[in-house]
Amino acid sequence: MAHSRFIKDRGLTFRMTVTMFLLGALFVVFMVVLMGAAWGSGNAGLVPIIGVIGLGIAFYQWWSSDKVAMRAMRAREVSPAEAPELHGMIDRLCAMADMPKPRVGVADMDLPNAFATGRSPERAVVCVTTGILRTLSAEELEGVLAHELSHVAHRDVMVMTVASSAGIVAGMITQSIQYGGLSLLGGRGRSNNNNNGALPFYLVAILVSLIVYAVSFVLTRMLSRYRELCADRAGAYLTMKPAALASALQKITGEMAAIPQKDLRATGAMNAFFIAPAISGASLKTLSSTHPSLEQRLEQLARIQAELGRQMG
Amino acid sequence: MGFWSSVLGRSKQAPAKLDSLFMVPSAAVTLQTAAGLAPTGTGSVCYRAVVGAAFSQAQEEIVSLLNDAPDAPAVEVSTDSYGYTWLVVHRDPEDTAGLCTDLHAVNTILEQQGFGSGLLCSLISFADASGRRAGLVYLYKQGTFYPFAPQDTDGQRRDNLLEIQVRDTLAAELPMEKELSRWLALWGAPGL
Repeated sequence: MAHSRFIKDRGLTFRMTVTMFLLGALFVVFMVVLMGAAWGSGNAGLVPIIGVIGLGIAFYQWWSSDKVAMRAMRAREVSPAEAPELHGMIDRLCAMADMPKPRVGVADMDLPNAFATGRSPERAVVCVTTGILRTLSAEELEGVLAHELSHVAHRDVMVMTVASSAGIVAGMITQSIQYGGLSLLGGRGRSNNNNNGALPFYLVAILVSLIVYAVSFVLTRMLSRYRELCADRAGAYLTMKPAALASALQKITGEMAAIPQKDLRATGAMNAFFIAPAISGASLKTLSSTHPSLEQRLEQLARIQAELGRQMG
Repeated sequence: MGFWSSVLGRSKQAPAKLDSLFMVPSAAVTLQTAAGLAPTGTGSVCYRAVVGAAFSQAQEEIVSLLNDAPDAPAVEVSTDSYGYTWLVVHRDPEDTAGLCTDLHAVNTILEQQGFGSGLLCSLISFADASGRRAGLVYLYKQGTFYPFAPQDTDGQRRDNLLEIQVRDTLAAELPMEKELSRWLALWGAPGL
């Protein structure tokens, strides 16, 4: 009888599904409130058009994500002949995960980093910086690549762009104040004598947009952190080496000092107070960051490591 | 993987497909008659070693099981530069069926212990009278075979014509990998 060592993290899946649902609901509620507000001024027909434009922008971002991200990072695609080891690693990981091989890019940059982008697993690019190639050992690099391949398999680019569409529309409306774009919305009254309906709608639209923007910001960041944890999990199960990803994360985040290497007895009396990285509760930093804290990620990897090493009958 | 399970971030580990290995003995006969490539009696399994007691116990179990067979020489375990472990099994060149049973035993034990998703590939080596070598590689996750024929040990060049010949010879008997980009080179693979 075959066992599976895969831990199902129902809690994480549940929280993520709820967040995605809330983001979807936010978009719908936003559109309905805008429409209701526009009803009075007789411009309700324009609101769905705004919604469609917002979705169009999100769609375009998703569609051209590989080209845009590669250009932004000044990355270039490398062939198997140029980077045989990198390609060899990705070849093997893709064969193990049974997924199509993405294109491989390298960005000439000292900052140790890696990212995956592209509209579908068939059109994906996995890109690493030269900094990460220098910093990490082969084993650690493989852990990072497995993490990025999991982003590709989970279609994270699509999920995150769709998730941010409410924020895109809200941002679009708030920004259009500067260019007077909203006068189009409330401005039909201008040609008429009665201009009364336009002003309240204008204010309501901006107020609602600002609120939606803020809520969407917090929710998308939350979703992003959940997706990172999912990618960590899937990556660790793919390489079967959670420890390699853990040490890579420690190196990349530069928070190696969080868990000290130095013997406790060797440190001074005062330093003993600094051992535990005191991050607890929801501070502003934890709410707005796109990645979960190193501590959270290491905890999850430690659970996977324990499960992989457990003896079974 | 389904669309929803990927969107929900619940990608499952790809399970290994084990049964196609038993089609190899008859394919070996075809390969010998049609292309002159005879099995050398060496086969190997390539997998991900996992840190921890459970895995080392499973591996010990495999090695002792295969070494207990009276007619077979010792099993070798080695690691490659990509961090994969190779377990090389030797048998009498005539006994391809026995070799496949040995390889299958390795897979089954790893699978039983929940490490089936760590299996990468299996390699059965062939050689002809003039010294040309070719490996028949089985990809566990795809459930397909492909040939790998190194031209020389240090130059890292593949004998593509021989590989294509092997593929065409075996196409009727084994599920051959259609995607040429999946034909991973296995330079310095133990047992080839």
